[in-house]
Amino acid sequence: MMDFATILQVLDSTVRLAAPLLLACLAGLFSERAGIFDIGLEGKMLMAAFFSAATAAVTGSVWLGLAAGIAASMVLAGVHGLASITFRGNQLISGVAINFLAAGLTVVIAQDWFAQGGRTPSLLGGARFEAITLPLADTVRPVPILGPIYHDLISGHTIPVYFAFSMVPLTWWLLYRTRFGLRLRAVGESPEALDTAGVSVVATRYAAVAICGVLCGIAGAYLATALQAGFTKDMTAGRGYIALAALIFAKWRSWHALWATLLFGLLQAIALRYQNLQIGGVPLPVQLMDALPYILTVVILAGFVGRAIPPRAGGEPYVKER
Amino acid sequence: MAGAEAPAAGRHPDAAPAIELRGISKAFGTVQANRDISLRVMPGTIHGIVGENGAGKSTLMSILYGFYKADAGEILVGGRRVTIPDSQAAIRAGIGMVFQHFKLVEPFTVLENVILGVEEGRLLKPALARARDTLQRLARDYELNVDPDARIEDLGVGMRQRVELLKALYRQADILILDEPTGVLTPTEADHLFRILKNLKSEGKTIILITHKLREIMAITDTVSVMRRGEMTATLETARTSPEQLAELMVGRKVLLRLDKKPATPDQTILEIENLRVTDDDGVERLKGVSLSVRAGEILGIAGVAGNGQSQLLEVLGGITPATGNVRVKGAEIDLTGRHSDGRSRRARGIAHVPEDRQREGLIMDFFAWENLVFGYHHDPACQRNRALMDNAAIRARAAEQMARFDVRPPDPDLAARNFSGGNQQKIVLAREIERNPDLLLVGQPTRGVDIGAIEFIHQRILDLRDAGSAVLLVSVELEEILSLSDRIAVMFDGRLMGERRPDQTDETELGLMMTGMRTEVA
Repeated sequence: MMDFATILQVLDSTVRLAAPLLLACLAGLFSERAGIFDIGLEGKMLMAAFFSAATAAVTGSVWLGLAAGIAASMVLAGVHGLASITFRGNQLISGVAINFLAAGLTVVIAQDWFAQGGRTPSLLGGARFEAITLPLADTVRPVPILGPIYHDLISGHTIPVYFAFSMVPLTWWLLYRTRFGLRLRAVGESPEALDTAGVSVVATRYAAVAICGVLCGIAGAYLATALQAGFTKDMTAGRGYIALAALIFAKWRSWHALWATLLFGLLQAIALRYQNLQIGGVPLPVQLMDALPYILTVVILAGFVGRAIPPRAGGEPYVKER
Repeated sequence: MAGAEAPAAGRHPDAAPAIELRGISKAFGTVQANRDISLRVMPGTIHGIVGENGAGKSTLMSILYGFYKADAGEILVGGRRVTIPDSQAAIRAGIGMVFQHFKLVEPFTVLENVILGVEEGRLLKPALARARDTLQRLARDYELNVDPDARIEDLGVGMRQRVELLKALYRQADILILDEPTGVLTPTEADHLFRILKNLKSEGKTIILITHKLREIMAITDTVSVMRRGEMTATLETARTSPEQLAELMVGRKVLLRLDKKPATPDQTILEIENLRVTDDDGVERLKGVSLSVRAGEILGIAGVAGNGQSQLLEVLGGITPATGNVRVKGAEIDLTGRHSDGRSRRARGIAHVPEDRQREGLIMDFFAWENLVFGYHHDPACQRNRALMDNAAIRARAAEQMARFDVRPPDPDLAARNFSGGNQQKIVLAREIERNPDLLLVGQPTRGVDIGAIEFIHQRILDLRDAGSAVLLVSVELEEILSLSDRIAVMFDGRLMGERRPDQTDETELGLMMTGMRTEVA
C-alpha cells in the first residue's frame, strides 16, 4: 500500500499544506516574540484570502491579488496594533474580534460583489500561482530515488511555498543576528529594559505586528490563489489556530516551527490521501481522519508536549512605571 | 548650610556642577511628589540622597531619567541646560541609572543586555565584539568582573547589578544614579559595590546614591541631601554631619500627637514567636530569625524603614506567606505552611488582620461597603440564611450598624469601597476586624494616607481594643505613631529585631538610628 511513489505523493502534499501553516506560524512568532499575542492569525489569513482572490479574479493578475491580500491583512494587523499597543487593550479580545469581523465581512462582500453565494469566481491562468519547475528537474528525473525526490517533492511548487520555507532561516537570522531581532526579542521579554535603553517599545511592537500582517497576508493569498482556485466561505478552516498550536509546540523558535508545521501538514496530507483507511478490517470514519490535525492541536494546547515558556511580557500592554 | 559644596572632595572646585537641578516640582493629582527641588552635585564626587519612603526620591530620579516630565524647574548637566523627555535623552546627556528593580532581559546574555539600544549598526556581530573588548577593559579598571556570555537568569542579584553598572558605563555615562543599590545585596556584595563606586569616583565619574541607610551615606558620600515630603530639606557635607542629625532631618521633629492613653495592664501571653524565617521568591531571606511575644492588653509596636521584613512578619501571622519557625497563639502552635495556613484558619484562631495595603489586600475596591464588611467572616453562621444562601439582609443591617459605630462617612453600605476616602476605607477594614473582638489584632500602617481627624479616631479604637484585653501587634513606618500607641517598641532592620525599647525611655533619634542598622548599646 505504501510504495515509494505514494510516499512521495503524501510528502509533496505535506509541503503544500504545511506552507500556509508555516507562514502563519512565523507570523505569530514575530508578533508573540514582541509580546503581542495574536489569536487573529485566522482572521487575517481569511481576509487576505478573500481580497487576493477577488482582486485576482477582477484583474486577472495573481501578483495584484497578492498585494491586495497583504494590504487587507495589514489593515487588520494595524487594528490589532492600535487596540493592543496604543490603547493597551486586551490582546485576546482584539484577536477574537478580528476573527469574527473577517469571517462575516468576507462572505458579505463576496456576495455583494460576485453574487455567487459568498465565493469568488474560480481563478484561471495568470490569476493563480503556477507551479514552477526547478532547473534540471526533468533531466535528473530518471536518477533512482534522488531523481523523483527532486522532481516531485522539491521542484514543482508555487512561489509562496518556496518563500515560506526560505523564511525559516531568514527569521532565525533576523531574530538572532540583527539589531532589529535583538530589540524585538527584548520587547517581548522585558519592555522596561528596552525602554530604559532608550528604544521605543511602541515602534518595535508595531514593526513586529506589521511583519505578522505581511506573512499572514501571503499565507491567505496562497490559500486562495495557489492551493485552491478562488475564495470560499471560511476557507482557512482553523489554520490560524493550528499555526498557534504549532507555535507553542515550536516554543517560539523558527526551526522548531518548521518541524511543527510539517507535522501538521503531514497529518492533513494523510487525511486527504486516506479518506477510507481500514485498520484490521475496521474502516476508520472519514471524519476521524479529517479531525486528526485538530485533535493534535488540542493535545498540544492542553500542554501534553512539555512545558513551553512563552515570552515573559506576552499579552501584557506596556505601561511605564515609576 | 544648604547648597554647600564640597571643595575637599571635588576635583575642580571652580568647575560647573556635573548636574544641577533648579526648582524642580512635580505633582500627581493632588499629591505634590516634588516641591521646588534644587541640587548641585560637583563632578568627581559621591552625593547621597536620603529620605523615608514616599519622600519623593524616586520621583526625582525618574524625572532625571526621562520617565516623568517635571511640572516646573530646569536641569543642567555640566553647566548646560538640558531637557530630558525620554531615556534616550538622559543617555545622551551622560546620565546612567541603576534602578532598584533591574531592567534586564533575563534570557539574554550579559553582552546582549549591554549592547541593547546602542548596537551602532544593523548587525549584532561587530557590536558584540566591541562590547566584549570594552567589558574586559571595564572589568580590569573597576573590579567589575562578569562573564559576558552568562545569561542574566543564571546570575545572582549582585552580578545583575554589575551588569546594570556596565550598561551605564558602556553608554559612557559620566553621572551614575543608583537607587537603593544595597537593598538586595549581601554585606560582602555591598562592600564590593562601594569599592567599585570609589574607583569610578577616582576616574572622575559623578555618583548619586539614593538610600535610606545612613551607614552607607556616612561611609561613602562626600555630600548628602535630605528629602522629606517632597522637599529637599537640607544639603550637607558628610564630614560635617552625623547620623543623628541626618536621622532627625529625615524623620522630622514634630510635636507628638498625645493620646488619652491609660497605662497598659498586660495579662497572659497571647502571641509567641520563635526564630521566624522567611525566604521570598527571589531567594532573598526577608526574616532572619525573629522572636517576640505580645501579651493580652498591650500593644507591641514594630518600627522600621519599609522593606526591612515588617510586611513579611504581618503576612506570615496573617496566613498569607509560609515561613519556618514556631508561632504560638494562646499556647497552641500555629501551622505556618501547608493547607491550613491561610487567612480563614488564622481568623478561626482569633487573629484579625488589618493589612498594610488596604486597597489591595484589605478591600475589594469595586464591591459595596457591606460586602467588604463581611469578607473573611462570611462563613459565620450569623451570615447564613440556610445551607445554600447568605442572609444578605442581615449582613447589610449589621454593616450599617458597624459603619455608624466607626463613623464611616458617608454611612451608606451600598457605596463601593472605591468611593470612600482613604481614612473611611481604613475605618471599614478596622470595623470588620475589630468588631470581632479578636485575641490578637495585626495592624499594618493603620494611618497611611489617612487625614488627621481620622488618625485620632483610628488610634483611639486600637487603644480601646487593647484596654478590652486584646493583644495588638502594630507595624508602622511612622515613628510618631509607634511612639504614641505602643507599650513596647521593637525595631526591625534587615529582617532582624535590633532591640526593644519602652516609649518613655527612648526618642525618635535613637529609634531612627536603630532603624538604619546602627547599633546603640543602651541597657
